Amino acid sequence: MHLPDYAAIELDDEIPLLEMPPLTRQILAIYCGASGDHNPIHVDIDFARESGLDDVIAHGMLIMAYMGRALTNWVPQGAIRSFDTRFQAMTRIGDAITVRGRIAEKFDDAGTPCVRVELTATDQRGDVKTAGGAVIAFA
Amino acid sequence: MLDRSTIGAKSTPFDADVEKGRLRLFAKAIGETNPVYFDENAARQAGHRSLLMPPTFLFCLEMEHPDPYLWFRELNIPLAHALHGEQAFHYHRAGYAGDVMTFAAEIVDIYAKKGGALEFAVQDVFITNQHGEAVADFRRTVVVRNP
Repeated sequence: MHLPDYAAIELDDEIPLLEMPPLTRQILAIYCGASGDHNPIHVDIDFARESGLDDVIAHGMLIMAYMGRALTNWVPQGAIRSFDTRFQAMTRIGDAITVRGRIAEKFDDAGTPCVRVELTATDQRGDVKTAGGAVIAFA
Repeated sequence: MLDRSTIGAKSTPFDADVEKGRLRLFAKAIGETNPVYFDENAARQAGHRSLLMPPTFLFCLEMEHPDPYLWFRELNIPLAHALHGEQAFHYHRAGYAGDVMTFAAEIVDIYAKKGGALEFAVQDVFITNQHGEAVADFRRTVVVRNP
């Protein structure tokens, strides 16, 4: 994994897509254990219904982890300076998440060439689940 | 109503181990295909000293807190009506399997929108490794939907 050629990167270029299969209850169960986030709203349908939802919802941080995968499939992790997201809509069982990234800005930070990537995670209907971005340093 | 007097409150720092098995399970959970995150030989061949800790994992490791929802109770955040609103990381250096991270948290803001129908609690978490070096900081915003 090497950094791409900074000079060849242009505004609005897209980073490689990350397309995930539909979410299953098993994925949420494994993520529950792996993440340590045992909030029952993600795995216990009885609790979800008592909370006013129809069904369990995915951990927002699972969707952010997919965004992180899109970044680290494109650049070495050490190049990521910052990474942020807003969780905009609930992700449900059966939703298939696609992560897209677009170069929104190229800038120089005290001599270090950087880019800001805008990231979205959308479902199979194109609804945005999370939106955010990352700053990548090409040092 | 969330208790605004808790702004500035600092948590008691705690330590958590970055474990290989946990990193492998996390890689499986997120469908990771890059072996530096789950195959130690591949990680070493890529120049890492062990399995590389992925970008969002510190949030997960923070759940190793002996009582991870303690701050929810301290602020009167009802778990059933709380959602994760925003998450931001700033990275300072890599983390690897075998590291021991220290987490120190502080409540930095509490505010309401839509006439109090939505309340927001913002927490900053500072993470250092076993050498006292800054690894990352993260900011977590929790949204409470008031009925």
